[in-house]
This record gives sequence, structure tokens and C-alpha cells, in this order.
Amino acid sequence: MEIKTALYELHIAAGGKMVPFAGYSMPVQYGAGVIAEHKAVRAAAGLFDVSHMGEFTVTGSGAFDYIQQLLCNDYNGLADGGCRYSPMLNDEGGVVDDLIVYRYEADRYMIVVNASNRQKDWDWMAARLPGSVSLTDESDKLSEIALQGPRSEEILSRLAHAASLPKRSYTFADKLDVAGAPCIVSRTGYTGEDGFELYTYNEYAPRLWEALLDAGSEYGLIPCGLGARDTLRLEAAMPLYGHELSDTISPLEAGLGSFVKMDKPDFIGKSALIKKGKPARLRMGLRVTGKGIAREGCEVFSGDTRIGVVTSGTLLPHAGYPGAMALIDADFKNIGAIAGTGRGSSLSGAAEAASPFQINVDVRGRRVEAEIIKLPFYKRVRGGAPSRSGASGAESPSNKNRGV
Amino acid sequence: MNIPNGLLYTKTHEWVESIGGGKARVGLTDHAQEALGDIVFVSLPGQGDELNVGDVFAGVESVKAVSDVFSPVSGAVIAVNDPIADDPARINADCYGAWLVEIQESGEREELLDADAYRAFVSEEG
Repeated sequence: MEIKTALYELHIAAGGKMVPFAGYSMPVQYGAGVIAEHKAVRAAAGLFDVSHMGEFTVTGSGAFDYIQQLLCNDYNGLADGGCRYSPMLNDEGGVVDDLIVYRYEADRYMIVVNASNRQKDWDWMAARLPGSVSLTDESDKLSEIALQGPRSEEILSRLAHAASLPKRSYTFADKLDVAGAPCIVSRTGYTGEDGFELYTYNEYAPRLWEALLDAGSEYGLIPCGLGARDTLRLEAAMPLYGHELSDTISPLEAGLGSFVKMDKPDFIGKSALIKKGKPARLRMGLRVTGKGIAREGCEVFSGDTRIGVVTSGTLLPHAGYPGAMALIDADFKNIGAIAGTGRGSSLSGAAEAASPFQINVDVRGRRVEAEIIKLPFYKRVRGGAPSRSGASGAESPSNKNRGV
Repeated sequence: MNIPNGLLYTKTHEWVESIGGGKARVGLTDHAQEALGDIVFVSLPGQGDELNVGDVFAGVESVKAVSDVFSPVSGAVIAVNDPIADDPARINADCYGAWLVEIQESGEREELLDADAYRAFVSEEG
């Protein structure tokens, strides 16, 4: 029997179509449907119950050093009230999980992990815990609600003191009162839009959810399910554990090199990554130009040579064409640039000057034409939320990641 | 759940309408479109294709799922509703209007359910 989140009854009442996911019963969509929910998040705002996500706290005098060794990103320079994404590697340089660390202070952190990996993460982290650090799993006490989309800040400002909301991408505020619920509020998300993620105790979650929907309705806010969460993250080219990431896919193969700080003295998986050297396959974007939808598991060919496999794919609702992410032979990474005609070279530099490279995908026994294109499929036009594009953006580049 | 009387149904959620002259029109039921969600792609057979009962003759895909469509009758495809390939969402909007193919039946039919029997089958299946 699946676990029900604190919002289960509200989902049922709102016509949510419930499906089992990672041991939870979660809404995959509401009456509006995946496409309408997806478009609402791009144009206005959407509200997601993501209470299945796991929250661990790490405290103690050795907490910082523990995290630095456990994770491949560098937590030096992360201020109190900051969040930073990282893959968590195994000894072979594969990925145990990908997660976000919230720093309260040097000796206290919250780590948000994927629901599907919660037990595995716990076992991995607990087995490596020094005496000076304690680890607790708060997941069963906490609900998480994601408010995503360009109208998010206006909506949240109706329910909380606007000046106290986190202003910059990948920062958070603790002990915030939102519609009477005590919340941790971070400026994070998994949709490619501006937005917030709110953590509160389960008993406050229903009133918070209803207050958000109520305040947001005039802005076009609608509840959204895991279906739209998946299409939104795919369109924004964010990897999802179990698809673009796994125990046997390295973060470099997954294109997450900017989160792997090889100049750190040490971290779990570092020596394995050095030993592996340059990745033989890389995550790339595909645009299907023929008739069909490339989905997970579809094999990718250049002529008759197999060059890779699709890790996620669907019709991209906002982009309006079928897109996919695939792990493909690294030789094909820049092949478009080599064959490039130079069209459209002025705007964003040489990297985009290439014409797409033609390949084909085996879609259920049928070869369908596609091309390798530059990720992401969608990038929001900045202007609404202050976020640090242009800076190195160690916390939040466009391809930063959260799991469903 | 809209299950019109007068049509016949399969356990794989296709509907069949006899349109005279030994011809049958085939589409997807309300239950099928509801279960799939937003339909974004339809592949259709060619006119003249010969079908046997149980053949996969079309594919429908939603954002999340792929589903085969099985032929409830044997015969030749005499008409294909091509416009729905350009606008698959019509199946969600009007599944009994957005037929997929018309078939000139050659005799054999799958065991088809009437509306009451199909209604009972769907509710039993949950």
C-alpha cells in the first residue's frame, strides 16, 4: 500500500489522477491534463505536491567536512541561507543520487534527496558518518510544495512578508510564515522557471496548499502533477535519476561536469573519475524531425551504426516538437559544429553556429529521423527573477537538477 | 464515462460502429482516451491495408504512454481519418466522432460487447 501525502485528500477532491510513485500515491495529473499544466507553469504558475522527496538533516562540528568528502561539488563559499546542487558519487564514479544541500550554518544542513533513493542514500550516508556528525531523516514529518512559474513571486507575496522571501536563485529563508504555516522557502525548482519550494510540517500542509491555490487563482495558478513535472524538467534539460543518472552513469557522462570539482583535495568517487578519463558517451539532446516520439530505451543510430540510447523523451509541450535526451557516443558531441554551415553565428557564439547533425532513432521497430541539437530545449527569458546568469552560477546553471 | 448505446466495444477499448454495406468504423473509447491523457501522436494504417482480427493497425501516444490499437474486425481499410494525425487531441475532445479507420468487413469479428456489457467490464476492471 502506497504512502499518502498530507495532501492526498485534497488531490482526490480536485480530481487528481493518482498513481504509485516511489512508494507514494501521487497525482500524475489533474483535470486540466499534462499539456495544460505544463503550459500554465511556463505562462503563469503551477503548484506541485512533492512531499515524496526526502529531507535529511546533517548537524555537528564535522558536518562541513563530511559534506565536502561525501559530495563532488564544492561547498566552500556557500553562505548561510544558500543552496547548492551536487551529485553524490559512489566509489566507482557512478551516481548514488543527486541532491540539494541547504546550509543553515557551518554545523547544520538540510539535504533534499530523491524519493526513489531515500533508503539507499540513508544507508550510504550513515555508513560514512563520523562521530562528530549526526544524520536524521525528517522526511516523514515534512511536506514539500513547489510553486513554479513566472507569477510565483507575486503569488507568494500575497501570503508572506514580501521582503523576507529569498530574492536570489538558490537561496532560502528559514522559519517564514506563509499563510500561518511555518516554512522553509527556497528559490529553487525543477521546471526551468522561476519559483519556490516550500517545506512545512505535515499538519500545516493542507492549509498552505489551499491558501496558495486560492491566492494564485487570479494569476492563473493551477495544481500540477508528476506528468507535467517530468515534461517540464525534460524541456529544461534537467537530468532525472534513473534516466540520465544512475549508479553506472558518471556525472561527466551526464553533462554535470560543472558540479564536479576535480580541484577539491578529495571526494568520494574522485579517483575513479580520474581513472576513467574522458567519457566515451555524453548526454545530448535530440529533436525528432520524422513522425514519432523517441522514448526511453529507443536506440539511436547514425546511418546503420548504433551510437546511443534515449534516456528520456516525449512530446515537449511548450517547444512543440518531440524531444529526447540520450546518452550518445562522445565523438558525436561536436560533430555538428564540424559540419556546420555557420548560419546564425552571431548571437550566442560559435557553439550554436552548427547545423544539426542528422541521425535516426528506432521507435518501436521503425526508423525515425532526428537531429542532435544543443540542450536545453527551453530556456526561460530572464528578467522576472533576479538570478545570477553570467556569473559562474555554481549553484544553479540552467541544467541543474532535482529528481522527481 | 461516456459509453453510447448502439456501438459495440472490445475489451481492449476500441469501439465499432456498423455503417451499412458491411462497413465498420473504428475508434477509441472514452475510457481509453481518459486513461491515456493528452494524446499527442497517432499513427494510422494505409488505405487498402488488409487487417485480421487482433492486428495492431494504429498507435496512439500521449505525453506519458504509448498504446497499440487492435483491429476488432477482419477486412480491408477503405478510409483513414487522416486529419486526426495532425490534431490528435480531437480524440480526447470527441472520441466517438474522431474515428480512426473504416473497414470493409470480410466476415470475422472479435467477440464484441454491447454498451451494457462494456460498461460492466470497465467498472470491473477498475
